[in-house]
Amino acid sequence: MAIEKKGRTEKKKSRRSTRIDNVQLFILALPAIILLFVFCYIPIGGVILAFKKFKVNLGILGSPWSGLDNFRFFFTSSDAWRVIRNTLGMNFLFIVFTTLCSVLFAVIMFNLRNRRMVKLYQTTTLMPSFLSWVVVGYMVYALLMPGEMGLINQVLTLFGAEPVDWYARAAYWPVILLLVKLWHGVGYNSLFYYASLMGIDASFFEAAQLDGATKSQQFSYIILPSLKPVIIVMTLLNIGNIFRADFGLFFNVPRNVGVLYPTTDVVDTYVYRALTQLGDVGMSTAVGLVQSLVGFVLILITNLVVRRIDPESALF
Amino acid sequence: MILMRQSKKKPQILIHVISMTYLIICLIPFILLISASLTNASALNEKGFRLIPAQLDLTAYEYIFRSPVRVLRSYAVTICVTAATVAGGVLIMSMIGYTLSRTNCRFARPLSFYVFFTLLFSGGMVPSYILMTQVLHWKDTYLVMIMPSLVYAFHVIMIRTFFQKLPAELFESAKMDGASEFVMYFKIALPLSTPVLTTVAFFTAMSKWNDWQTGLLYITKEEMEPLQYMLYRIQQNIQSLLTALSQGGGISVDIRDIPGQNLLMAMAVVAAGPMLAVFPFFQKYFISGLTVGAVKG
Repeated sequence: MAIEKKGRTEKKKSRRSTRIDNVQLFILALPAIILLFVFCYIPIGGVILAFKKFKVNLGILGSPWSGLDNFRFFFTSSDAWRVIRNTLGMNFLFIVFTTLCSVLFAVIMFNLRNRRMVKLYQTTTLMPSFLSWVVVGYMVYALLMPGEMGLINQVLTLFGAEPVDWYARAAYWPVILLLVKLWHGVGYNSLFYYASLMGIDASFFEAAQLDGATKSQQFSYIILPSLKPVIIVMTLLNIGNIFRADFGLFFNVPRNVGVLYPTTDVVDTYVYRALTQLGDVGMSTAVGLVQSLVGFVLILITNLVVRRIDPESALF
Repeated sequence: MILMRQSKKKPQILIHVISMTYLIICLIPFILLISASLTNASALNEKGFRLIPAQLDLTAYEYIFRSPVRVLRSYAVTICVTAATVAGGVLIMSMIGYTLSRTNCRFARPLSFYVFFTLLFSGGMVPSYILMTQVLHWKDTYLVMIMPSLVYAFHVIMIRTFFQKLPAELFESAKMDGASEFVMYFKIALPLSTPVLTTVAFFTAMSKWNDWQTGLLYITKEEMEPLQYMLYRIQQNIQSLLTALSQGGGISVDIRDIPGQNLLMAMAVVAAGPMLAVFPFFQKYFISGLTVGAVKG
């Protein structure tokens, strides 16, 4: 009887202490909960603006509803096709080439025996990632300045070619932007792959060597399978963002030059201009909402597909 | 034996050649920028941008540091904002990360989802813009530069995962001794987690240091311009001056008022320098902290 009573009070006590623990844990989490609510969840609620004709003096709730007018206005405009094509096209190029180059560089570094040199190569190739897009814009300008000012044109004239007015020729920009993106991101992205290569058990390679496996066999049976989960996760995250362009890159590097819009205008730069130059809150919100929805649906679908094929690699 | 070594050495040389080429490509824009900032303005106009200064000249840097009001003020703004965001962000994110890592936390699952969801879906730029300008009235404040950047779900998940890997016995025995969750967070979890906290601090600092978009959207006062945004504004002003000049149009612009390209490039060097000088010291932390597995929910 006494023992039972003691057990019960202990149980009660521990239950109370878990409750106290949970209150304390909640207090610890509270600042972040509030911040996420204000800066992430309230703007999600703000997407009702996409269905309204926003007037500053009437406020968000007071502005009249406009149904799907904002969406219709964007999708029937001549710009829609252009910015969607540029966004999806460029992001597709970015995903494919960044992944290829990063994996390649990671494997190269993994095969390098001189540790000091690995460190040197990695540090140097990382440097561009730590620049702001504004500074990158300055650098690209120094390379591509028209006339014989820019370095590239000087090299061209050295070989007897005509200097190119880069900032007036839209056709070159998909390639320029791709190269800038790779220059900026490959060093950083390859770190993810390098880290998982370093995690491979060394005995795999020893065993493979004993069995007389060639380098290419080691590549396809040890290296590639161990990189697969990372490649899948990174690609998943990128696909979720395929409708969202890197605003800094597309805004700063082509210097917001109108002539280049046919190839450099993307959804995000378009939304920014619609908001700041036209003051069109409704339409720019609508486009932003479409971006988020497409991204959300894409990430769910790809995750589902990956879970079917390879449950271990799925994101959630 | 010799034959074997040869066959092994060849690919190594090939690897070095490829890596060296890539390394040089990475470096050329840096060299070009620095070289231009060290070139005499008129020599730069005459000969163009070169990898080696056509005529060495330090006036650009002298100018920046002699009449420094704008640059120094932007430096101060950026340093203060970065420091505040890093300190506040690491504290707040590690607090919620601790909560999420605890097995006795009853609401860890829904809270995880609450955090993770912000990575999957966002309202976009415009609702945030309306919130900042129409509701909170935070245009031209330091709050707008700090508050929204304090919590980033990706970093929270990184910290949580690190905390989860700490030995559970530590927390159990501390609990036996009557330690509260607050004490365990502060005395056990935090001191043992410098690698992940350093990684998060570094990435927060980097994104704040390189942030120009907040300035673009919310800052109109010159004395509050963060560094990168100031750099953007200067380039923008020069571009509009030059357009005005080329169009003629009766606008009289004194050509001497336009800063030379060397000055611009020197400013870019000054703005980018600190981050480049600092990151090699953090490299070992974030290489270990960056494995994607650490992020999977």
